[in-house]
Amino acid sequence: MAGNGDRVGVLALQGDFREHVQILQRLGVEPVEVRRPEELEDLAGLIIPGGESTTIGKLMLENGLLDAVRSYYYRNGKVWGTCAGMVLLASATTGPPQPLIALMNALVERNGFGRQVHSFERELDVKGFDEPFPGVFIRAPFFEEVGPGVEVLSEVQGRIVAAAGERVLATAFHPELTDDTRFHEYFLQEVCGI
Amino acid sequence: MAENAQSTGTFRVKSGMAQMLKGGVIMDVTSAEQAKIAEEAGAVAVMALERVPADIRAEGGVARMADPEKIAEIQAAVSIPVMAKVRIGHFVEAQVLEALEVDYIDESEVLTPADEANHINKWAFKVPFVCGATNLGEALRRIGEGAAMIRSKGEAGTGNVVEAVRHMRAITGEIRRLATLGEEELMSAAKQHGAPYELVKWVAQNGRLPVVLFTAGGIATPADAAMMMQLGADGVFVGSGIFKSGDPVKRAAAIVRATTNYKDPRAIAEASKGLGEAMVGRSVGELEERLAVRGW
Repeated sequence: MAGNGDRVGVLALQGDFREHVQILQRLGVEPVEVRRPEELEDLAGLIIPGGESTTIGKLMLENGLLDAVRSYYYRNGKVWGTCAGMVLLASATTGPPQPLIALMNALVERNGFGRQVHSFERELDVKGFDEPFPGVFIRAPFFEEVGPGVEVLSEVQGRIVAAAGERVLATAFHPELTDDTRFHEYFLQEVCGI
Repeated sequence: MAENAQSTGTFRVKSGMAQMLKGGVIMDVTSAEQAKIAEEAGAVAVMALERVPADIRAEGGVARMADPEKIAEIQAAVSIPVMAKVRIGHFVEAQVLEALEVDYIDESEVLTPADEANHINKWAFKVPFVCGATNLGEALRRIGEGAAMIRSKGEAGTGNVVEAVRHMRAITGEIRRLATLGEEELMSAAKQHGAPYELVKWVAQNGRLPVVLFTAGGIATPADAAMMMQLGADGVFVGSGIFKSGDPVKRAAAIVRATTNYKDPRAIAEASKGLGEAMVGRSVGELEERLAVRGW
């Protein structure tokens, strides 16, 4: 796969963007750290990393990236959000208002599994994966509801922790904190078509 | 089929939590109102305190963990993570904070130490700990005790960045030197640093700490924060610098912006405009008491 000059962006305003960058490098695509709207040009895909969703949302708004990422998406862009990224992709949250990119027909519950002492690791069954995936959940959100056009890929205790829509993917956990690159490969191959 | 076993309090979720804070600013707050200002400004977390370090310095007396009622009030006010401080070695204050479900505990030299020989055994807790360090050996001792995040100490409550710079340069410089040593030299290096051999070896091989490294102590301006990021910090703690300044709302947002755009001088300049008075600083030479020397 890859290796033919495909460039994939990682939103680099705050959070664990370097971990995504390192995995993309290992998989042979060229990572691009995105801090400004113009850096979205010609990207084969965009990853919104883990971090604080309120912080990332505010910084996106200030830097003109909220609209720019929406434009990128509606011009056939592909987007994956992990944890805070999943929150930002949802169309609504159950909590106080905050800036959202809102590309997925879903209602998100922030910190749905509780505070940090309840953060956990567990194996996950994921639709389309032959073997369980190591899930690392850190103050993780979940989708309480998804609307038409969004497919559920994985659940924990009846809560949606991975889902896919049209050219968009969301995971409540952090594949970038593990050595398992299957989710990154899934995004690059199945969503971005690399 | 996946196994249903779920494990909490693993080192991966503790150190992973710190990864999520990277590139962000953690602000000291003493009330729910201040916590909201911090969240609104884009802080990635708040540190719930009874008094900010500048007041601890000014008022003296024994500085302890904050009142649980105050912590609960701050937790109720914001959706971002809430941290709180315990005295060095005070493991029962830590048990209390764990029971309150704070998101991170800072075993901090800013409070009056409870044990002058030992730090808390942080492996015994599900809640993660951040600890201060002035050099690499101190950082690795804390990680050996189970700390999942390190911050350079600086000199809290001074508004003077000079000690933060000294400690950050010490840590990053010592990491670079370790990376140049041969494997046979590492035991001697471990002895010199007073640090666990396995951790010294890991740092020598990887050229970094095994956990996230923030900076703290004396950061008062957007340029201070950006400089610390350029010196290698993963993120910034700001204590007295915000709520002891003339316009906390503006200054908080400006420090967040400068931390995000730390490599962009024009953005730092923009963020630095019209912030009003910075906190009144104190030169380190005139201090009656140095907090950074606390820690063993």
